[in-house]
Amino acid sequence: MTRQSAARKPETTEAVIRLSDVNKWYGEFQALKDINLTIKRGERVVVCGPSGSGKSTMIRCINRLEEHQRGTIVVDGIELTDNLKNIEAIRSEVGMVFQSFNLFPHLRVIDNLTLAPMWVRKMPKKEAETLAMEYLERVRIPEQAYKFPGQLSGGQQQRVAIARALCMQPKIMLFDEPTSALDPEMIKEVLDVMIELAESGMTMIVVTHEMGFAKTVADTMVFMDAGEIVEVAPPSIFFEAPKSDRTKLFLSQILTH
Amino acid sequence: MQPERRTYAFAVTECMAALEASRKSDTSILNSLAFRGVVYQVLLASGVILLGWYLYHNAHLNLERQGIATGFDFIGERAGFSIGESLIPFDSAQSYGRALLVGILNTLYVAAFGVVLATILGVTMGIARVSSNWLISKLASGYVEACRNVPVVLHVIFWASVIRALPPPREALNPFDGVFITNRGVIYPLPVENAIYPWMGLALLVGIAGAVLFARWAGRRRELTGRNVSTFWPGLGIILGLPLLVWLAGGAPLEWSVPALRGFNFQGGTSLTPEFVGLLVGITVYTGAFIAEIVRAGIQSVPHGQVEAARAVGLRPGLVMRLVILPQALRVIVPPTTSQYLSLTKNSSLGVLIGYPDLVNVGNTTLNQTGQALEAISIMMAVYLMISLSISIFMNFYNRLVAIRER
Repeated sequence: MTRQSAARKPETTEAVIRLSDVNKWYGEFQALKDINLTIKRGERVVVCGPSGSGKSTMIRCINRLEEHQRGTIVVDGIELTDNLKNIEAIRSEVGMVFQSFNLFPHLRVIDNLTLAPMWVRKMPKKEAETLAMEYLERVRIPEQAYKFPGQLSGGQQQRVAIARALCMQPKIMLFDEPTSALDPEMIKEVLDVMIELAESGMTMIVVTHEMGFAKTVADTMVFMDAGEIVEVAPPSIFFEAPKSDRTKLFLSQILTH
Repeated sequence: MQPERRTYAFAVTECMAALEASRKSDTSILNSLAFRGVVYQVLLASGVILLGWYLYHNAHLNLERQGIATGFDFIGERAGFSIGESLIPFDSAQSYGRALLVGILNTLYVAAFGVVLATILGVTMGIARVSSNWLISKLASGYVEACRNVPVVLHVIFWASVIRALPPPREALNPFDGVFITNRGVIYPLPVENAIYPWMGLALLVGIAGAVLFARWAGRRRELTGRNVSTFWPGLGIILGLPLLVWLAGGAPLEWSVPALRGFNFQGGTSLTPEFVGLLVGITVYTGAFIAEIVRAGIQSVPHGQVEAARAVGLRPGLVMRLVILPQALRVIVPPTTSQYLSLTKNSSLGVLIGYPDLVNVGNTTLNQTGQALEAISIMMAVYLMISLSISIFMNFYNRLVAIRER
């Protein structure tokens, strides 16, 4: 039903995610203020800003881990309402990687990867395992397939989490501060995997403080502060000639240490 | 490397080594940790043995002085009292031993039903309590708070009183044809005995085994093809269908013993006594409230990130519960639930208050008639100990089965 309605709106074929006037409150506190953002297929967006600025809240609204109260969010032609079918359809097209990995501790790595393909996509186990091994090779840890998450290092766990999301063959990947919980020496192995993914043409929205990564990968930088989008610009302009004073202040704080 | 086991032999060698060391250096043996450890243990063990011997000796002397018989000879003697309800034939001419066996079986009977029903009630209410539906979660927390904050004695007396307040047989409530709810218990029809019934029982067992095999096959097929095979209806069909076939093959005997009012009470059919129902409902409702809290705590012990990760890959809420939350919650749920099973079993001894002939009830009567308090009480204690230990052993085994490996 929703797919048909998507077909009737030709303008959504270009923009894969469209947030229009999105507002969200936690009680009295307004977490998101009139967010407008359009993301095209294949675009790599890096979202940055001080903590508490609403970056995570915004991307968590895109797969409805958080509910927005006003405005519309359309993902891949499907509008996010409280219709469970729509939400599930969107979630199986949108992969997510969390700051704290959130692997299932009671399942081996390979079973973490095959769970959703088998139960959501109804894929035979053999096929799901072949797929899982393929993605484990892409994140360069096929030898860990039969271990439990608790036996892996943080960086390895986060790469498994990326592979788990990729196993659903999503059209869009969301990264919510994927390297913030990692020891410094493990950040690079995760970023390398993400750079490879970006080069393969995946639509990505990444909340991160890794400005080096942003400069190499991003098509678009989004700066948020106090629940608002302050500035949207390509990285060349964003880092060299930011327009807003708030952006300048943030960049001076984050780049000078 | 395995840590060395601290056996007594080991402790003694360690002690000798300490003695040797103290002789070589100038420090006193009294400063050796190993030596002190052994001394304390020897002191404690001899204290316990002395105390036990003193108590036994004292009791024995006093009983002898008062001319009270000791020993367990009374078990073979004629009981001389009758018991209200029994799972095995019993009359007053039979022995105390047989009477105690009736009590033990009655205790096991009510405890077994209680454990099963309290688990069903508790799991349902525990899941309901974490429901996002406001009304359902409030109803469940109302039940939990109302029931676990009242002493179990009052629960048992309350439900026994409720049943006694039901109408007498002449005005019995009749919810279904042939089923009567009265102040004398719940009376319901029973098929008249027939040679075919044991075979139907066997067919039922075969059916259950068949259903388990079918579920396994369905699981394997799902892994192979990804397609889900519904197991509920076919499984139910196998379980119920086989006995039905046997019944048909046996000429489909249709004779029922239907209860009918004769004079002041019902004849025919069979009944659950008011004492049994009162005790069962009382301990079930009470324990169910505790199990509900345990289940809620278990579910909430799983970090929220797990739920988010499971939802983010598109799993439906039911599958999130089944594949991600429950396997992780179960290891938190099982050990305290074992304690609840144990306390339910022991609380069934409150049947003595409302006249249910459980072990304590029969044991008390035996005690009063023989005057052999120590023996009667120790029999009861030994039996409860054995029942409780059996439950513990089984549950520990189950716990090891569900304990999930994370490394």
